[in-house]
Amino acid sequence: MADLSFPLLTATAAVPAVGAIATAAVPAAKRTAAKWLALLCSLATLGLALVIAFRFRPGAKEPFQLTESHAWIRDFGVRYDLGVDGIAVALIALTALLIPFVILAGWHDADPLEGATPNHRWRPTQGFFALILAVEAMVVISFEATDVFLFYIFFEAMLIPMYFLIGGFGDRAGPHGEEQAATQRSYAAVKFLLYNLVGGLIMLAAVIGLYAVTAHQLGAGTFSLQQIVEARASGQLTLGTGTERLLFLGFFFAFAVKAPLWPLHTWLPNAMGEATSPVAVLITAVVDKVGTFAMLRFCLQLFPAASSWATPVILVLALISIVYGALLAVGQRDIKRLIAYASISHFGFIILGIFAMTSQGQGGATLYMVNHGISTAALMLVAGFLISRRGSRLIADYGGVQKVAPVLAGTFLVGGLATLSLPGLAPFISEFLVLVGTFSRYPAIGVIATFGIVLAALYVLVLYQRTMTGPVKAEVGGMHDLKVRELVVVAPLIALLLFLGVYPKPLTDIVNPAVGHTLSVVDKKDPKPTVQVNAVPGHGRPGQAVRDQDVEAAK
Amino acid sequence: MENLIALLVAAPLVGAALLLCGGRRLDRAGHWIGSLFAVASFAVAVVLFADMLGKSAEHRALHQHLFSWIPVGGFRADLAFQLDQLSMTFVLLITGVGSLIHIYSIGYMEHDERRRRFFGYLNLFLAAMLLLVLADNYLLLYVGWEGVGLASYLLIGFWQHKPSAATAAKKAFLVNRVGDMGLSIAIMLMFTTFGTFAFGPVLASTGATGEGRLTAIGLLLLLAACGKSAQVPLQSWLGDAMEGPTPVSALIHAATMVTAGVYLITRSGAIFNAAPDAQTAVVAVGAVTLLFGAIVGCAKDDIKKALAGSTMSQIGYMVLAAGLGPIGYAFAIMHLVTHGFFKAGLFLGAGSVMHGMNDEVDMRRYGGLRTHMPITFVTFGLGYLAIIGFPGLSGFFSKDKIIEAAFARGGTEGWVLGGAALLGAAITAFYMTRVMLMTFFGERRWDPEEVHPHESPKVMTIPMIVLAVGSVFAGGLFSINEAFVTWLEPVTSFAHGHSPVSAGAVTAATMVVLLIGVGIAWRMYGRKEVPAVAPRGSLLTRAARRDLLQDDFNHVVLVRGGEHLTRTLVYLDHSLVDGAVNGTAASMGGLSGRLRQLQTGFVRSYAVQMLGGAAVLVAATLLMRGV
Amino acid sequence: MNPVYYLYLAALLFTIGAAGVLIRRNAIVVFMCIELMLNACNLAFVTFSRMHGNLDGQIIAFFTMVVAAAEVVVGLAIIVSIFRTRHTASVDDASLMKL
Repeated sequence: MADLSFPLLTATAAVPAVGAIATAAVPAAKRTAAKWLALLCSLATLGLALVIAFRFRPGAKEPFQLTESHAWIRDFGVRYDLGVDGIAVALIALTALLIPFVILAGWHDADPLEGATPNHRWRPTQGFFALILAVEAMVVISFEATDVFLFYIFFEAMLIPMYFLIGGFGDRAGPHGEEQAATQRSYAAVKFLLYNLVGGLIMLAAVIGLYAVTAHQLGAGTFSLQQIVEARASGQLTLGTGTERLLFLGFFFAFAVKAPLWPLHTWLPNAMGEATSPVAVLITAVVDKVGTFAMLRFCLQLFPAASSWATPVILVLALISIVYGALLAVGQRDIKRLIAYASISHFGFIILGIFAMTSQGQGGATLYMVNHGISTAALMLVAGFLISRRGSRLIADYGGVQKVAPVLAGTFLVGGLATLSLPGLAPFISEFLVLVGTFSRYPAIGVIATFGIVLAALYVLVLYQRTMTGPVKAEVGGMHDLKVRELVVVAPLIALLLFLGVYPKPLTDIVNPAVGHTLSVVDKKDPKPTVQVNAVPGHGRPGQAVRDQDVEAAK
Repeated sequence: MENLIALLVAAPLVGAALLLCGGRRLDRAGHWIGSLFAVASFAVAVVLFADMLGKSAEHRALHQHLFSWIPVGGFRADLAFQLDQLSMTFVLLITGVGSLIHIYSIGYMEHDERRRRFFGYLNLFLAAMLLLVLADNYLLLYVGWEGVGLASYLLIGFWQHKPSAATAAKKAFLVNRVGDMGLSIAIMLMFTTFGTFAFGPVLASTGATGEGRLTAIGLLLLLAACGKSAQVPLQSWLGDAMEGPTPVSALIHAATMVTAGVYLITRSGAIFNAAPDAQTAVVAVGAVTLLFGAIVGCAKDDIKKALAGSTMSQIGYMVLAAGLGPIGYAFAIMHLVTHGFFKAGLFLGAGSVMHGMNDEVDMRRYGGLRTHMPITFVTFGLGYLAIIGFPGLSGFFSKDKIIEAAFARGGTEGWVLGGAALLGAAITAFYMTRVMLMTFFGERRWDPEEVHPHESPKVMTIPMIVLAVGSVFAGGLFSINEAFVTWLEPVTSFAHGHSPVSAGAVTAATMVVLLIGVGIAWRMYGRKEVPAVAPRGSLLTRAARRDLLQDDFNHVVLVRGGEHLTRTLVYLDHSLVDGAVNGTAASMGGLSGRLRQLQTGFVRSYAVQMLGGAAVLVAATLLMRGV
Repeated sequence: MNPVYYLYLAALLFTIGAAGVLIRRNAIVVFMCIELMLNACNLAFVTFSRMHGNLDGQIIAFFTMVVAAAEVVVGLAIIVSIFRTRHTASVDDASLMKL
């Protein structure tokens, strides 16, 4: 299976990894050089991710492409197996795309405080950007890994740089001064770490359990996703109902913490509230996506029967997340915590789509991961720009910004509208697909989830009204509009939201076959419509029938 | 020809993009650019209309497929347009009235420093509204549906520095979202039922599924229509929406956007025809709203809010007609078009009055303005005569037909609906006469030292004149040989209603109630002097001033209740969910605190522990061996 | 002579050593008691070696002696340095894990 050509997937993870080390090694005095180096590395990664996207052939038969396979720990059957399906390609592209913006947005976030005594051994700026690149490398390799053990290592390892990013760098906008903010930050960082470690440990037990089962039944233990899926399909490997459910729960728990799913969500508002906004974007738009992605790739494919068994409970939890997250967002007084709760609501949608087990639901969930990444990045980064101007995260401290900084307010509104899934912007498509996919199998749940769209409008518009409209507050009066660097960050994100809202086909083309494969592993088929509609002459879309045949022929 | 359809939408969209992203450089020319793109769209519409007239009735529908929008599994949404007679009617109304209002706004918004952005939003609205009526499937319609909601949000809240405007904008969007929820669930239900949501296949196969599903779809579509068209119970946003600049009220909240609900019901006619229960719900909503809006309109002293009540009521007529099925669809749309003319004209007139009166909106501070603004007076007066249904003017033809069709529903229902429609006509005559008298007649109640009423500039009066001409002649023109009905018939189908009352009797009855309404208004506001401060009024008047207490209900139940709910949840999230986790952490901490006590640092206590441990191990080994 | 008596002696010596470790405070005495325990073990090992007729026990006894010698070197050095700073050799005074 090993591909002897250029190891593209390894390179995509290696570039940011090497970049992280190089950035960390830049001397203390050359802070700007470190920033440019980090930006360059992230752009190179983006280039490689685009190469992956173009080399990827959506119609191909095999589930994973661009595979690399090397033995790693022979005694335990651990392999360095990489490969991507359409879902992974989309998410790698998202990650690689967002990191340059995160770096640009955080350009001055780790500069030493003015007036601080220069310290030649302490290099926070270098550290900040190196840690971001390190996270990128680990996230990318998590998306690529098709070996459960390999995935687990990086799934856990990314906690370390994240911990330092959350705990070490604040936005200097706490309500009670720097000392209090530092306490809050370290609380948030420890909470983040503990939650995810607990999840990870339970997953480790399940990983070992999986190994034991394969070692017992196949003769040689393996962690290879594909091997296990094939062995299960051919009947070589049969898991007992109880064993499968336990293993599934072990995996799912870790992913549900990371995603996060109600009631395991409380670390997210703390972490996103205390971290600088680029780091908050990193948490919610990049790192958390590994959790939902892993549900699709590992939970469903390794344990199809147990997934179906757990579906009702998970759907209800996802539904609670949607409504609960939205209601709590309405009640927040802190801009960043509001966005965090909104994200919890959105993750509810993603998980709902995944476990609805329809092609619309899962396709929608995958698009949702990408679109939510972009839209939250846009909203959160603009919110960060806003907060850095006023030095406060409290909504009540703002008012009338629209008058003094119209471009900032406008981009904030577009980000907000994307968050409330306005048609024409990308998130609408994914949200609607998730809802349709859910509705076609579970109508009642679909209907209740639809209430989420009203609540989303409520929290976004209330936030916009309180911060941007009304009379100009005195402290807001001198606020300047977006600078060039900030516009460079926001404008492409907004353009992308518009583009993917109008023409999502490039993305759906890549994602659809992977979703189809996942569904076939789980052995689920879309529910058929109750009425079979024939093309109506005169009314139907011209060329409809012909196009369908073309699609068939292409397959 | 069909390739031109996309141009209809594209022109205003390009205009909006230019104006909103162009920055300050375009400030000086922004209003001209915006108007140009609106007029361009109108020109394309006229070309398409001329082409359509040249074809026979069956071949008039055009179709343009741009690209496959969302293909996922069996879910296929296309970006495709459909232009048939119904869409064409709307396109002409939207681009025509839209262009006029763009031109009017050049004058009205002259002194606003954000005029460029205003025109950008107006262009955005046009694009979204055209998308709504041109879409060939429900999902694309939904995009336009929410798009106009966004434009409406931006325009109601255009003067954002006023907290009342920002609140009104938010309220409009939220109430509309409740309706949108209905539309999106309806689309999902269509998808699970038919496997598609394109107009053609769905509407052609309504016979293949059970009535229960169709009723559900119909009711959900009605919910959507209620939100967008401000029908009871989702009507509360329209009055507040008058916070927006007056041209916006004229275009969006009178002539076009609020009638989208009527479009939706008419477009989905096949579904409603097959679901009589849903139709009953539609006529009930229409009848209730037409009275509700009329009563509210009687009590408002704010000229725009009185007109807003009137809009609500007139759309109630349209919804009522649309709910009657094939005997009403064509008349619903006809009333929609004539209403588009006269109500837009009335709003522009109101705007012109406000323009001359330093933005005063309270009619109790007007009076005797006819000599100061003759053109406004005449155009407003023609609109007034049209809306009350003065014989020969537009409103007469369209409203009369609706009342007739309501009677034709037959049975008790027919009498109730017909009666409600007649009563509505009487109240319409009353409140419109009231507006007319309070504004243009009687003694002046303004201070000539402070305000200097004057006629508006030509750029504002010309659109008013054009609309007034439309209000006078459109209805008559449409009724020659039933031209309008014949034009729409291929799309909406048409059946002559069999009224238990003869057409002549209905017309006579309408005339009588009209005279009664006008008479009462004249007795109350024409003969007596209008007090500058509103009298306390009867219980009904006071309730009507407060929109029949619906806002109070919403405030107590939804706003307060919601606030309590979120506050409780925030507290619970902190104390219960997070508390459980923190509690675990704290108990762990406590436990380790206890265990730490063992580590005293005294070597000999460690030695005792080691010895004890060794003894336990030895004992355990011996015991195990014993077993 | 019955080798079991050697085992009794070893047990007695070990008990004396253990009691000394637990009861005495002087670090030197504690140290000597530990040596006593080690040597008791050595005696037991050698006895077992004799009883089972193989050399394993004797080899382990050598190991123990080597370890004990190493321990004496390190341990005495620590005791001396503690004595130098605190002017006492009581183990209870050195309870803070630092000098």
